Amino acid sequence: MKKFSVVAAAAAALSLVAAACGSDSGSAGGAAQKELGKGEGQVNIIAWAGYTERGETDPAVDWVTGFEKETGCKVNVKTGNSSDEMIQLMNTGEYDGVSASGDATLRLIAADKVAPVNVDLIPNYADVFDGLKKKPWNSVGDTLYGVPHGRGANLLVYNTEQVTPAPTSWSVMFDPASPAKGKISVYDSPIYIADAALYLMKTKPELKITNPYALDQKQMDAALALLKEQKAMAGQYWALYTDQQTALESGSQIAGTTWQVIVNLATANGAKIAAIKPSEGATGWSDTWMISKTAKNPNCMYMWMNHIISPTANAAVAEWFGEAPSNKKSCGLTAVKDHCAIFHAEDESYWTDVFYWTTPTKKCLDGRGDECLDYAAWSKAWNDLRAS
Amino acid sequence: MSAITHSDVAATSGPGRRLARWLHAHPRAGLFGLLSAPAAWLLVAYLVSLASLLLVALYRVNGFTFAVEKVVGLDNLNAVYTGSTFWKTTGRTVLVAAQVTILCLLIALPMAFAMAKLVRPSMRRALVVALLMPLWASYLVKGYAWKAILDPASGVLEKTIGVTPGFTQTATVIVLAYLWLPYMVLPIYAGLERLPGSMLEASADLGGKAGRTFWSVVLPQLVPSMIAGSIFTFSLSLGDYIAVGIVGGPRTQLIGNLIYRNFGANDVPLAAAFATVPVLIMVIYLLAVRRTGALENL
Repeated sequence: MKKFSVVAAAAAALSLVAAACGSDSGSAGGAAQKELGKGEGQVNIIAWAGYTERGETDPAVDWVTGFEKETGCKVNVKTGNSSDEMIQLMNTGEYDGVSASGDATLRLIAADKVAPVNVDLIPNYADVFDGLKKKPWNSVGDTLYGVPHGRGANLLVYNTEQVTPAPTSWSVMFDPASPAKGKISVYDSPIYIADAALYLMKTKPELKITNPYALDQKQMDAALALLKEQKAMAGQYWALYTDQQTALESGSQIAGTTWQVIVNLATANGAKIAAIKPSEGATGWSDTWMISKTAKNPNCMYMWMNHIISPTANAAVAEWFGEAPSNKKSCGLTAVKDHCAIFHAEDESYWTDVFYWTTPTKKCLDGRGDECLDYAAWSKAWNDLRAS
Repeated sequence: MSAITHSDVAATSGPGRRLARWLHAHPRAGLFGLLSAPAAWLLVAYLVSLASLLLVALYRVNGFTFAVEKVVGLDNLNAVYTGSTFWKTTGRTVLVAAQVTILCLLIALPMAFAMAKLVRPSMRRALVVALLMPLWASYLVKGYAWKAILDPASGVLEKTIGVTPGFTQTATVIVLAYLWLPYMVLPIYAGLERLPGSMLEASADLGGKAGRTFWSVVLPQLVPSMIAGSIFTFSLSLGDYIAVGIVGGPRTQLIGNLIYRNFGANDVPLAAAFATVPVLIMVIYLLAVRRTGALENL
């Protein structure tokens, strides 16, 4: 009987919490938060690997524990391995915020999963590069849906001992005569079709691809044909970044599409690798920290958004992940002094050949018409390719 | 319930007594009362989830947000059952499951025979424990251990004997057969234990050599056990995607991977539509084996 009453009490407590949460989200409505209250003691976020280092990977790399001490908000992180996964996690409503890439942001906004952001509560927003403010992937009209985190390119990684001379082109990934044949590591996501389209932009100009995310059926077929050729040479499709990392370390894969953070981790474990942005340009990301519409810890989430774009934290995460920071002042604080120059944080022209991940839609993103394939079609095409 | 009957045994009348009398007169109602709780469990936990799976398969997702829209249509099932992806993947999955089952059978038959008929009873217990031991280890640990064994670049096989299947469909079959082997050995072992030793002696007395005895006496008796084991190995292989992901390499995708991929890509209705495929295959398989009496050996 005693046991039963404990269970009943727990159930009652739970339903109270649920009711409290329900009323919270109800009052928030569609408007941004007006003022910043006391921290709730914790914040649950979805982040890309390497965005929330707390000294566990490398004791010197830590921008989370300081935040926790300062604000009292314990940071609970769920690593998202792909934009699709991040959307799925946000759909559960269990998280307060997410570091969303451009192929997730608009979908989250359209699905009504994220709330507008009041940048008055985020003092560091003033120092964000103007080139990143109010962009199509982080705002709708004048309404801001997040704060810019930073941007970077998906790189070509290669084994410096086995792939010589050092490659300068994505042809290592696509050309049937590739020196890395059979040991190529490919990113396993529908959005990777854009990498093939990008390569075709340069190698098959007659297809007239101007934006790798705006593909009509003919262009898509060409990209898929290229990817099918690639599949014959692929040694791995990675969805978990650690899978690629271990493959690069063991040498079972010697070339691939990668993120700088994977290169850092594998190099620390002795892998003989290097990464470049090839001559064709690259796909990339411009990430945005967004807050959930049903956030249970909104104050801590606001504090986190302010922290992650603060000069020190933003410099640290940009350097660790290998991307350009979003805060102007962080350029003076990186360990490698010319980090911002290397990653062209202030050089807009550099980014003209980096195509940020974005969600393909029927209405072509290059503005030519409505004959393009949407993400559902991309998803299906990738399914068919992987299963064939 | 038991408390009620106990206290009311003494009383000759009263509601409990009357209920008991009524139940005695209506045995079917009594049976219903006893079975309703487990039946409700089966209904809710199993059949309702199966039905909701089918229902979700009829929904569709918004092409942009990928939110599920409760609009009923046959598009997903149509795409699944008429697409070339489906037939290729299903064919590959059934082939892998069949290969795993055959491989398990080939290893399990002599193994179970040795355990049941050849070794001393004390040794028998040790062998059963040894057989069950891998089941105590985490699935993932075993999967990644096999990855280290099969790795074509620096794996154990490559370093010691210089030959490895690498990360391929063959590797998938080997690893799945390793994972499910106990589920095949145990039913066959149980079947052999029930086989009286006198039958083997009778066969020997009539001049049957070991091979003949095995083919003509032991094997026919074991068919139901083998089918019982095959239900495990076949159905487990049919649904697996983790081992495939670890050692399958870039060109091996089974139905499980497709389901997982679509679930991960937020197209839950399409994933649900794919998930009806293994259910259907298993229903056909079970209907086919029901006639053999193998289900009694589960």
